[in-house]
Amino acid sequence: MAEATMRIFRGDRESGKHVDYRVPLVPGMVVLDAVHSAQAHQAPDLAVRWNCKAGKCGSCSAEVNGRPRLMCKTRMDDLPLDQPVTVSPLKTFPLIKDLVTDVSWNYKVNKTIPPFQPRPGVEWKMYQRDVDRVQEFRKCIECFLCQDVCHVLRDHGKKDDFGGPRFFVRVAGLEMHPLDGLDRTPLLKKSLGIGFCNITKCCTEVCPEEIHITDNAIIPLKERVVDEFYDPLAKVWRKIFGAKKVPVERRHVDGLQT
Amino acid sequence: MTPPTESKYENHEYDVLIIGAGGAGLRAAIEALAHGARVAVVCKSLLGKAHTVMAEGGLAAAMANVDHADDWRTHFRDTMRGGKLLNNWRMAQLHAQEAPDRVRELEQWGALFDRTASGDILQRAFGGHTYKRLCHVGDRTGLEMIRTLQDRGVQLGFDVFMECTITRLLKDGDRVAGAFGYWRESGRFVTFQAKSIVISTGGIGKCWKITSNSWECTGDGMALAYRAGAELLDMEFVQFHPTGMVWPPGVQGILVTEAVRGEGGILRNKSGERFMEKYDPKRMELSTRDIVARSIYTEVREGRGSPHGGAFLDISQKPAEYVKRKLPSMYHQFKELADVDITKGPMEVGPTCHYVMGGIRVEAESGQSSVAGLFAAGEAAAGLHGANRLGGNSLSDLLVFGRRAGLAAAEHAKKVSAPGLDQMQMDDAEREILEPFERTDGDTPYQIHHDLRETMQHLVGIFRNEEDLNKALVELQKLNERAKRMRVEGSRLYNPGWHLSQDVRNMLLVSEACTHAALARKESRGAHSRLDYPKTEDAWGQKNHVIVNQRGAMTLFEVPRPEMPGDLKQILAEG
Repeated sequence: MAEATMRIFRGDRESGKHVDYRVPLVPGMVVLDAVHSAQAHQAPDLAVRWNCKAGKCGSCSAEVNGRPRLMCKTRMDDLPLDQPVTVSPLKTFPLIKDLVTDVSWNYKVNKTIPPFQPRPGVEWKMYQRDVDRVQEFRKCIECFLCQDVCHVLRDHGKKDDFGGPRFFVRVAGLEMHPLDGLDRTPLLKKSLGIGFCNITKCCTEVCPEEIHITDNAIIPLKERVVDEFYDPLAKVWRKIFGAKKVPVERRHVDGLQT
Repeated sequence: MTPPTESKYENHEYDVLIIGAGGAGLRAAIEALAHGARVAVVCKSLLGKAHTVMAEGGLAAAMANVDHADDWRTHFRDTMRGGKLLNNWRMAQLHAQEAPDRVRELEQWGALFDRTASGDILQRAFGGHTYKRLCHVGDRTGLEMIRTLQDRGVQLGFDVFMECTITRLLKDGDRVAGAFGYWRESGRFVTFQAKSIVISTGGIGKCWKITSNSWECTGDGMALAYRAGAELLDMEFVQFHPTGMVWPPGVQGILVTEAVRGEGGILRNKSGERFMEKYDPKRMELSTRDIVARSIYTEVREGRGSPHGGAFLDISQKPAEYVKRKLPSMYHQFKELADVDITKGPMEVGPTCHYVMGGIRVEAESGQSSVAGLFAAGEAAAGLHGANRLGGNSLSDLLVFGRRAGLAAAEHAKKVSAPGLDQMQMDDAEREILEPFERTDGDTPYQIHHDLRETMQHLVGIFRNEEDLNKALVELQKLNERAKRMRVEGSRLYNPGWHLSQDVRNMLLVSEACTHAALARKESRGAHSRLDYPKTEDAWGQKNHVIVNQRGAMTLFEVPRPEMPGDLKQILAEG
């Protein structure tokens, strides 16, 4: 039976190295299957996070041959199998063990975003053409590959000042919801630090849901920030006629244990 | 009872502890919070990754947005008939009556369903539903639902304990007092003291080899409840979804949503024959899941299957753009994992273990189990679906009965004093989960899990008979013995082998319950098909199976179905 070599990172916060495992190939096998095969027969304590193995939950993110991917959607027969398949944990988040990283920071950022709040007295009618663009953002499965690849987080470590593409997508989904009554641009400008993004589109490239993160979420949000904070005419307009939506910066909630 | 001498473990106190963070658990948490309870949600995975996220086709609610003649009575009738009348009629009634409000609520919390031309929530056709009834978002309805509930819960301020596994419920006399578990990351132990506990841990699909279920579906909640003295109901009824992927082997079992058929997909055998004409000429592809699954299985067994042992499912007669818009994940799934373009040609599909209708026996109104303070909702609970669940009724089940269980748990917590934790029970729980580390020989949990899945797949599958089921009980006994001697390597730090050793114990328990009940039911009804008893018998329709732990022995008995009130009988007789 044909085999492949899986070169999987093994280690914890203190130390670690890549270890080779030979695994038998099965037609249609994905990288996650190969990792599970190594786990079941050779390395029972090999830590890997996964849930659905169907590309729907976004749990099995890792870097396969240096590229951030969902392991369940990366087919072995799409990789060059004459050389080892290297599997490493996401670089941007602190390592827990082997392929598992601590992604709790994302859940903390998420909590600072004020959720959907319908405008008072709204009529619950919406049309497909109005929800189409928001539904694109709501396809996000929170795999955090966009966060992993974003250089503001990955190379510059700006986790205190920057929310990352995932949360621009979330805010875009709220801001463009046809019936939402809040204005989250102050939040985008300040604590989520959207200005740090210089639209290199790395996030869009790795998104397994093919969300146009940069073009459809980040750029329109950046435009809103510019309109609101740097456009003197718009400022005067709002002074006279009042803001259309209620501006919010962030909210404080406690309780997520990680 | 021995009082704890010192706080040996990290301990947390709550009014309501919810185990499982899928749709039912999150909806229960939201309701309990709204009624002033202090609420903790414990889940094995990260928040938002529970099996609910995989639900595709939609959420059944008689909103009558598309087919204006629809109402709760028709939904009730469809559910009861789909369940071959074994359902708890009160649950079926509450479910049909309350589902539309639960959907509207989701919309008010930010969910964005697909729309009708007049701006309402769009509804699609599904198997066994008389009218177009499934509210949906393309084929990713579960994701929309779990994200909406998750955001709502975070907003209201529940405490979430992610990647934390509960291994035992603690008792204070006859009532539940809390739970013992460990953090998956560090392996450290943690205890919860709670006045009410809601079990919302989902199903048992991982006991079978070919399944659509995620790794978490290992029957934990049912096993926890059973060990704490609760009753399990109708465990023989396991749904095999007609359409899972069959090729390539690496993707076997992954779900192909019923929405493919809801949107007009046609099933054919290898000769191109539309075989549903033989099995259910009236409803064809939109017959109930038990019938479609058996039909595909029969075609394959009689030599009319597709090359890889399934049937062909074809939606390519619809415009490509329509298919991509209404079934985007199916399009990508087949394109990426099977090299098949579903806008151009058929998919190969076959049955995959999908859902268990049985579970913890609860009161219809409250989700209260037979143990004081212990509630259950969602797939972990039994009753609503009877002998076969209709597609789309699961997501609405989670919302309707998640809400009811959360409410009842919060009310219960207001009435009772804080329970005490018993050190002896905790010591025992600790000893039990550490034991595998001490062994140097014996099987790994992976080996036992592998053999369990083979056993259940081949002996307790779609078609059953006495010989196979007896054989399965013998095999399960052997597996239980091996599990008592299984070994775990490595440290307690994020150790999946160790985690699986806990799951395996639960899977063995629910597999045994399922097999016992399947052996006892000497008829065929809904998802339970006995080759040796192929008929549906009226007498069997009058009773449910209850399984309970009596002095350490798994004991099964029959209970009569409660008499249905006249007005509901009337509704059933119509249409």
